[in-house]
Amino acid sequence: MIEIENASKIYDSTMVVNDVSLTIPPHSICAIMGRSGSGKTTLMRMINRLVTPSAGRILIDGQDITTVPAHELRRRIGYVIQGYGLFPHRSVAENIATVPGLLGWDRKRTAARIDELLTLFKLDPGRFRDRMPHELSGGEQQRVGVARALAAEPNILLMDEPFGALDPVIRNSAQDDLIAIQAKTGTTIVLVTHDMEEAMKLGHRIAVMDKGRVLQCAEPAEIIAHPANAFVAELQGSGDKAFRLLSLQRLEDHVQAGVADGQPLSAGISLREAYSELLWSGRDAAPVEKDSRPLGRISRDAIARLAAQPR
Amino acid sequence: MSPSVPTSMADQNRRFGVDKLGLLIAMIAGAGLLLPFAQFRANRIVLGEGRVLFDALPTSWALLLTVIILLVMLGAILRFAPALKLGCASAALLALAGLLGISAGHLMPVGNGLARVSPASGFWLLLFAFALLATDALARLKPGPWARIAILAGLAMALAVLLASGLWADLSVLQEYASRAASFWRQARTHMTLTFGSVTAATLAGIPLGILCHKVAGLRAALLNLLNIIQTIPSIALFGLLISPLAWLAANLPGASAIGITGIGAAPAFVALFAYSLLPIVSNTLVGLQAVSPKVVDAARGMGMTGRQRLFSVELPLAFPVILTGIRIVLVQTIGLATVAALIGGGGFGVFVFQGIGQTAMDLVLLGAVPTVVLAFAAAVVLDAFVELAGGKEARR
Repeated sequence: MIEIENASKIYDSTMVVNDVSLTIPPHSICAIMGRSGSGKTTLMRMINRLVTPSAGRILIDGQDITTVPAHELRRRIGYVIQGYGLFPHRSVAENIATVPGLLGWDRKRTAARIDELLTLFKLDPGRFRDRMPHELSGGEQQRVGVARALAAEPNILLMDEPFGALDPVIRNSAQDDLIAIQAKTGTTIVLVTHDMEEAMKLGHRIAVMDKGRVLQCAEPAEIIAHPANAFVAELQGSGDKAFRLLSLQRLEDHVQAGVADGQPLSAGISLREAYSELLWSGRDAAPVEKDSRPLGRISRDAIARLAAQPR
Repeated sequence: MSPSVPTSMADQNRRFGVDKLGLLIAMIAGAGLLLPFAQFRANRIVLGEGRVLFDALPTSWALLLTVIILLVMLGAILRFAPALKLGCASAALLALAGLLGISAGHLMPVGNGLARVSPASGFWLLLFAFALLATDALARLKPGPWARIAILAGLAMALAVLLASGLWADLSVLQEYASRAASFWRQARTHMTLTFGSVTAATLAGIPLGILCHKVAGLRAALLNLLNIIQTIPSIALFGLLISPLAWLAANLPGASAIGITGIGAAPAFVALFAYSLLPIVSNTLVGLQAVSPKVVDAARGMGMTGRQRLFSVELPLAFPVILTGIRIVLVQTIGLATVAALIGGGGFGVFVFQGIGQTAMDLVLLGAVPTVVLAFAAAVVLDAFVELAGGKEARR
């Protein structure tokens, strides 16, 4: 649990972060979303004390973070930045071993952890352990950057635009990987992004920031349905709100009783994908199945009703 | 499809065309063939008279050298494998060096200790042409750092063998050496001590100062300006300027003269060389540290490295190639500059240079100048190789 209480930061008489209070529950992903200059990175950097608040305080699991030396606090918190900042003079294994080394882990435990992480991130340890960062592709560097941050099994992971330097296809799969890894490890993630799409996809909750203030902090569906003000609404764009809402909902949760003809849809997909499939195949309804077992049906009208603004 | 056509045409040009630099080399070598090869003087200070190739060498040797020169000219103009060119140039250089010794023996009147034979303009031009051919071929081969050091070691070995063989014993420079061998090695030691001592001291002081400049922005401008001003003082003036404060120290500080601090001699020379060496090392340390990616530094901080850990395990290792480049600049510069130390009694190879100027004996000047140049060249090659080795491990972004 991370509790930010009335935190502010003033640089040269400008309020970069203005009296922000935010509670981030454990084992969740909180996306801090805003345009450049909104103060989102500064707010995130307060959590590992790379930025000292001008006012207010921050608690981690009830403990004020200023009660431990900054470098010890940071060793317990994973940190990933855009461009990753891999050490160019050290191999992949040495990069990942950074925080374990600072914590004084023994060689055996560190080596085992490096191989475990490389495997988790789908990088063959035998091939990648001794590579230098400049020999890696962008996507591989990104994975090594996250693996390095997770090396000492931190409870909290701070990520500043971690997917910003990737091309769209690789970004998508890197995001999927992050969701899967977070579900497995239960790490609390604070993720800074300027991309609403990314915030919607990754964040269990989204904190929307502008001019140093948090305008709204809520679940994605709530942000779409009831934006706190015009600015939050505008950030999402106007065109495809309905589809955004649909993509947040699983088909499984809206299956109706009955049967329908044609190719069955998998229960695991989003309502947006199901709707698109129905429109494409020109059907009014389709059967739904899970693990090749029929569950029921879904109709185009039912999905269309679910896309309407909740009241 | 289409790009392959011009490429193959270019290949053909390369195979059968004329090498432009080779043409220049051939012209230089041609001039070298016609100009006097060696210079004969009745004694060490009179004006010499040039001897062209066929006067300077026994006819058979002169014919051999002529053939070699013509072959090199042809080899320089035509395009073929650089390795082969390098072999030709090396063989030609070796022959040239050997024939110079034979020429000295040939021209030297029997039983006359006063006469002097030295290389003349033709020899220097030939040497320049052959060396140019060798370096051009070497540059095209792009040898790695270790290979370059090995080539340098080979050159040093060849030179040592030539000197030890006695083939050059009749050359004027070696006659000067023969009459002052003990002094030569003493001054060589002094030269090395002054150079490596002051560069080591400047490195030990300069790197911490560079780090300080990096961390304390307020200090940066003041310190760099001070060092810049020192750099602009002419060397003789700086040597002179140090005489009185050091003499005062020697007279007034108990024990100062006991450890070698005096107004003239090696102490002011050492201090001046140290002062000149400081700026490149401090500024290269600063530039190297500033060039470390801010993202890397941010990541190191964010992962919980302390300031010291960041400096020693991230910033300094990444800045190291740039710092080493600074040390290379300083070492080569100091090897040359240390000759001036002789003016204030500091010793070193400069002693022979200034004695030679005083006696208008150019051979004596060469006895001081040639080892200095050779030393500076060798230091440049070795440290360049080290810089490349240090930079090779990290990313070239």
